[in-house]
Amino acid sequence: MSGFIRNGFDRSAVFVVLVLIAAAVAVPALNLSTPAGSPLHIPDYAVPLIGKYLTYALLALSVGLIWGYCGILSLGHGAFFALGGYAMGMYLMRQIGTRGVYGDPVLPDFMVFLNWKELPVAWYGFQFFPYAMLMVLLVPGILAFVFGWFAFRSRVTGVYLSIITQAMTFALMLGFFRNNLGFGGNNGLTDFKDILGFNIQAPETRAALFAASAVALALAYVICKAIIASRFGKVLVAIRDAESRTRFLGYRVEHHKLVVWTLSACMAGVAGALYVPQVGIINPGEFEPANSIEVVIWVAVGGRGLLVGPMVGAILVNFAKSWFTTGALAPYWLFALGGLFVGVTLFLPKGIVGTLAGGWTALRQRRTSAEAEAGTAPTAPDGPPGGRLNPEAAE
Amino acid sequence: MSEKETETLLYLDGVSVSFDGFKALNELSLVIEAGEMRAIIGPNGAGKTTMMDVVTGKTRPDSGTILFDGNVDLTRLDEAAIAELGIGRKFQKPTVFDRHTVWDNLELALAGRRTTMSALFRAEGPQERQRIEELLGIIRLGEQRHTLAANLSHGQKQWLEIGMLLAQEPKLLLVDEPAAGMTDAETEATAVLLKEIAKEKSVIVVEHDMAFVRALGVKVTVLNEGSVLSEGTIDHVSEDPRVIEVYLGR
Repeated sequence: MSGFIRNGFDRSAVFVVLVLIAAAVAVPALNLSTPAGSPLHIPDYAVPLIGKYLTYALLALSVGLIWGYCGILSLGHGAFFALGGYAMGMYLMRQIGTRGVYGDPVLPDFMVFLNWKELPVAWYGFQFFPYAMLMVLLVPGILAFVFGWFAFRSRVTGVYLSIITQAMTFALMLGFFRNNLGFGGNNGLTDFKDILGFNIQAPETRAALFAASAVALALAYVICKAIIASRFGKVLVAIRDAESRTRFLGYRVEHHKLVVWTLSACMAGVAGALYVPQVGIINPGEFEPANSIEVVIWVAVGGRGLLVGPMVGAILVNFAKSWFTTGALAPYWLFALGGLFVGVTLFLPKGIVGTLAGGWTALRQRRTSAEAEAGTAPTAPDGPPGGRLNPEAAE
Repeated sequence: MSEKETETLLYLDGVSVSFDGFKALNELSLVIEAGEMRAIIGPNGAGKTTMMDVVTGKTRPDSGTILFDGNVDLTRLDEAAIAELGIGRKFQKPTVFDRHTVWDNLELALAGRRTTMSALFRAEGPQERQRIEELLGIIRLGEQRHTLAANLSHGQKQWLEIGMLLAQEPKLLLVDEPAAGMTDAETEATAVLLKEIAKEKSVIVVEHDMAFVRALGVKVTVLNEGSVLSEGTIDHVSEDPRVIEVYLGR
């Protein structure tokens, strides 16, 4: 197991993890311990905003894992994100207690408003934080497992799979809009007061949520990295490039897809759970098909061939969105997003990160070959890929 | 060897497959002994590839029996299960994993270890590395071990694919047109390679190229319109008037 994690920990992984940990420390520190006038000060509004970008990056990473490495294009990952968000939202609702408008100790306001007398069974247990966190993983995970079980076993692939994922999130959206489903209907869940006893609006709580988002993203990144470095990851790429060949080699393609798909959904669920306390609301709009499509755009813009691509893409596009939609250019944001997608598809098929990484590798290769011609290049040791061959083992 | 010849490895009896009314296989019956190499020839549409599809589980036959290794009913199993039983298949067009290195291609094909959990948590051991080295020697790609499969020549891809088949350690190899698109020298080397493999395993070779079949020097089955037309040595079948008729037209 430790070898599993270690295999994925190459130099680029260490770099990404260090950047995220630095952000987890620096952003809260600069917000809390510098005076408001200081040039280094990060304003209060920016902390949950950047925190939100990080949860989007986690969502994009979950899509990048299955799309970039296994060829599964999900147009419904927003559903798993929203389900994780709802699980967190239900916990936060039950923390309100008597501080709600109607002051009911058990029932959330919207239930009192609808004249409900008892808490629906689905809400049982959500006053306990560990239970709610378990549901953050299990609800998206189980839905993904059941969905994937049927879809992959019936060998639904490509655009057909994308369409049914889209149908899935649309169906969930319609369901959650209904009041009698018991999740707040149109208004969703909001007016949260505190999380684990801390005021959800307090700068310290927001700083902690920010740090948690950065750490969750780093952890998910390391797990994805380890998956890709393992033989399982190689099988995923094999499935992406030649599915039936992989099957004739004796691999159960549907099992491998199911594992990575379910894991990806759990990651999206965690992202949603971290998103909700930072934005303060979850409503059925999160299930909108357009949201899931936007995630795919982030991944494409960042580059899906590498794990960092989706993360960078999500942060860049959302930063641009915040910048655009607060100025005079606001009405043109969707045009800009569409133009960006078309432009990236046409001119940067590997995405921003993929193109930069490709350029860097080419530059290094050119330098190495120049050195080799000059006779100064160190001779590479001959061994299997990854350099994991040690002399004892070879004997 | 003589003991082996009394065992039947693959047994097809009365196998029929039709696609939209077209009979791709028509009551096909075929027996392959353990340790045997068999060449299968026939004009386009004779059912050669469909025969491979039904044996490897890609296509389910409408009727008939397919038994492997005595009593395993292949018609009830899927591709992955059949591959694990020990039937390997090489496609007409070389299909290797382009985005993986030669080494990784072979590693993925190594026998055993097909569950998702072993793939996640088990690294390759010294025995596996040794086996891959051995295979690299057999298919003469030792120099290219770190090359992406996409960058290999056509002939090298064919060999890599044969190497992947060997890595699966199958009892039966189905090889579809191994010499297609190869240079004469590569074709000759491929025939030698296949003969080498046939010393230990049963091999079914589907081929168009008569010179190649002659070079293999094995029993030949001629298929036409989904059933067996003639069977015997290459000289025997090439003198069979029915074979001459379907090949040269009536």
